[in-house]
Amino acid sequence: MDIQSILIAAISMGGLGLIFATILAIANKKLHVEEDPRVTEIMDVIPNANCGGCGYPGCQAFSDAVVKGEAPADGCPVGGADVAEQIAKIMGVEVSKGEREVARCMCQGGMKEIAYQGEYQGAQSCIAATLVSGGKKLCEYGCMGLGDCADICPFDAITMSENRLPVVDNDRCVGCGKCVDVCPRDLMEMHPISYKDRVLCKNHDTGRYATKICTRSCIACGACERKCPFDAIHVIDNLAVIDYTKCKHCGLCSTVCPTEAIEHIKKKKVKKETDTDKLAETTT
Amino acid sequence: MNLLVIFIGAALINNFVLQQFLGICPFVGVSKKVDSAFSMGMATTFVMVIAAMVTWLVYNLILIPFNLQILQYVAFILIIASLVQFVEMFIRKVSKPLYDALGIFLPLITTNCAILGLALTSVLKEYNFTETLIYGIGAGIGFTLALVIMAGIREELELVEVPKSFQGAAITMIIAGSLALAFMGFAGII
Repeated sequence: MDIQSILIAAISMGGLGLIFATILAIANKKLHVEEDPRVTEIMDVIPNANCGGCGYPGCQAFSDAVVKGEAPADGCPVGGADVAEQIAKIMGVEVSKGEREVARCMCQGGMKEIAYQGEYQGAQSCIAATLVSGGKKLCEYGCMGLGDCADICPFDAITMSENRLPVVDNDRCVGCGKCVDVCPRDLMEMHPISYKDRVLCKNHDTGRYATKICTRSCIACGACERKCPFDAIHVIDNLAVIDYTKCKHCGLCSTVCPTEAIEHIKKKKVKKETDTDKLAETTT
Repeated sequence: MNLLVIFIGAALINNFVLQQFLGICPFVGVSKKVDSAFSMGMATTFVMVIAAMVTWLVYNLILIPFNLQILQYVAFILIIASLVQFVEMFIRKVSKPLYDALGIFLPLITTNCAILGLALTSVLKEYNFTETLIYGIGAGIGFTLALVIMAGIREELELVEVPKSFQGAAITMIIAGSLALAFMGFAGII
């Protein structure tokens, strides 16, 4: 192959490219579509992680929906208050300050608390374990401890404790809800960050059986129901359920629970949370 | 007569999706709703026809005279990529809902192997310009047909109780396989 044929190849290919580029450039001018500039502006301020946490198939679709008025300005859970404010500024609307929601595992049955039905040696994934036997723990409502939620979390907010229970880092959790979707036993739930009282059990077994398989399960004794001054907690189908429209987060129910299945976040932790909230308010 | 044979051959007997297994990605990806499957098929047909013509012109007027057949892949990819860009702009201008419906699959036509396959096979079969044009139309129609049939079945499938172990991808693969089998029945037509 001599230099001439190389030159011909380069020139003809380059020429082709040039022709197409020109056609495309002209087409770009002629077929230009007037797009709402706010869409691009919103695209610039949101994190562009395409996580789908807002319920739209990607950040572009979310921005379109915001401009059309279909999605709220604070619809991006990843961006949080910071981004919501900026979007509101672009759209020229007031944003109602919604409370931040974080994920929480509604089970306390770790390795130490629970009874076993056998060894599980299959794939280390909760979904795989559900398909065969439900893992090695006896409780069919509780956490299997194989960490699908920790694996799927795109923000590294969930870690598995030594007791093989998921621990959510509230500062990192953005409330995208992926762990809620992935948990085969629906144990991950989204709660507003100010919630202090939660029933950390999903076991619907009768009290007698529940005490046998787990030391931290709700045994449906009804002590919380009797103690609650606001009629906010009820035992439904062998499980205590808090009605958050009535709950005042006083924590009385947690003091009487014999198995400590009800959690009440103590003041110290709450203070820390309000501090971060205040911080978020001042920075925005 | 020859043109008719080429058309039917491309659309049914050697259907690009179901017999040559080209363009499987949109076949599975955009076959959930008949509407969007049809639009995708039309967009692909449009690109296919124009690509067939332009590649024929480029191949016969540039590549052969300069003895550059070795560069056909590069040239064809260049042509297809530019065409898809053009079609994307065009659809966006003409029909925004269609643009939204096609979404990510429109840029994916660029890497749709059915189109490159079309360009390469029409060179291989040494068709003249008219034949290439008909071949492109036939291939596009065949592609649309496969997509629409698939989408129709999958829409019906929404109402059916599929056994748990067959749900999702598994049943889709089974349907695709049966469709391919069914299309083998066309083999004796010509």
